[in-house]
Amino acid sequence: MPAKGTVSVLASPAPGFRIVLPEGLSLGGSPVLGVLDLRVPGGRCTALLGPSGSGKSTLLRLVAGLLARPGAVVAEDGAPVAGRIAYMAQQDLLVPWRDGLGNVVMGAHVRGEAPDLARARALLREVGLAEADSKKRPAQLSGGMRQRVALARTLMEDRPIVLMDEPFSAVDAPTRHRLQGLAARLLTGRTVLLVTHDPLEALRLADRILVLRGTPARPQDYPVPDGAAPRPASDPALLAAQAALLESLAEAGP
Amino acid sequence: MIRGLIAAAGLILLWQGFVWLTDVPPFLLPAPGRVAQALVTRWDSLAQNALITGAEMLMGLALGALLGAAMALTLMAWRGARRWLLPLLLISQAVPVFAIAPLLTLWLGFGMGSKVAMTTMIIFFPVATAFYDGLRRTDPGLLDLAQTMGASSAASLWRMRVPAALPALASGLRVAAAVAPIGAIVGEWVGASAGLGYMMLHANGRSQTDVMFAALFVLALMALALWFSVDALLRRAIPWQPDSLFSPESPR
Repeated sequence: MPAKGTVSVLASPAPGFRIVLPEGLSLGGSPVLGVLDLRVPGGRCTALLGPSGSGKSTLLRLVAGLLARPGAVVAEDGAPVAGRIAYMAQQDLLVPWRDGLGNVVMGAHVRGEAPDLARARALLREVGLAEADSKKRPAQLSGGMRQRVALARTLMEDRPIVLMDEPFSAVDAPTRHRLQGLAARLLTGRTVLLVTHDPLEALRLADRILVLRGTPARPQDYPVPDGAAPRPASDPALLAAQAALLESLAEAGP
Repeated sequence: MIRGLIAAAGLILLWQGFVWLTDVPPFLLPAPGRVAQALVTRWDSLAQNALITGAEMLMGLALGALLGAAMALTLMAWRGARRWLLPLLLISQAVPVFAIAPLLTLWLGFGMGSKVAMTTMIIFFPVATAFYDGLRRTDPGLLDLAQTMGASSAASLWRMRVPAALPALASGLRVAAAVAPIGAIVGEWVGASAGLGYMMLHANGRSQTDVMFAALFVLALMALALWFSVDALLRRAIPWQPDSLFSPESPR
């Protein structure tokens, strides 16, 4: 599905990348991730599932460059990954001292650049936030609205690679459903790595599903239902797949 | 506000009743009326001395807040500073200001300098520790976000850590505003030629207890005014700070 607006369309195709950990990954002496050679295809959405503590977030932090492991993440076009990544976490990470609009242009603010306010306003409209709400501080917004602002901030960065760490887990189910559809539409064409607890979210949004199992964890492929994301939640095939994936995850759990 | 006034009026009544009942001599405990009289007759010198003490408090508050904030920022930004300056920060509190007061008077003279220095020293610590704590406790998620956005470490400090720590700095400043009068008064007791503290000491020496009480009353008013104006200023400067006490929905 092509993106509706013009504010979130990528100029050049998004590169895929590889995560290579020839010796696994340890944090503070304890192994978190096993030997790993993972390809994340360009321009597609890859979902990463697994029980709590299986190293999903660690993997995401590794790609985001928050863990210093030189050479572990290599983009397929040869250019460095750093600087081409936008990161969206479970918490909205809106700063309480700036309004919605100010939060959307936070990237330019911390880099000391002049913010493109027109584009920020367009993005806020696109994620469905009213003009009046974009002038409110995060404390005055509902959880769903805050997550919309966070999505707009992520898109504002306009990076080919987008990392999402359980981005919608803190909002109620209907809002999550809407935000998933919105994200799938607005992130089309980007290389997305989505960490999630929610089998339905993975099955609706992903082009490829990986399940992390074992200690230290290793990823395994899981079949994806047919059709383009966002897949309708009412599809019986999707619901069957959700049940199967849930069973599979329960087995993988501790 | 009205309840505060009623409480104060009740206390004054109690005080007056106590003086009537016990017939305590005025040089031990003057009746409220006598204190009020002293307030009126000595208004000139009270105002003059209050101006001096107030100036000492404000200058000490500004200087102490500035130095304290600078200390917290230095500790945060410069790893080496933590090893060298943190012990110094603690020692500055281990030595009671009261003990250094005579030295400060010796070095800086009987004028305002020594009192401003004393107030600064008292205020420095709460501001530095509160702000430093706030700077250290920035949500790690926000710092991660700044890093993935390509922020330099300086930008991370100025645009993430500092604004996120402002509510903590405000707590430090509120404490500072509350203790500022202590520094100025102690300084004036040790050696001064003007100020409310000096006036109280002087009156005490001549058994003018009513004047002492009048000076104390003015001092208390000044301390209250200082605290409430600092509080109001901070509230306006940091409007995003959650404050359940003043939110319209909360039960009082």
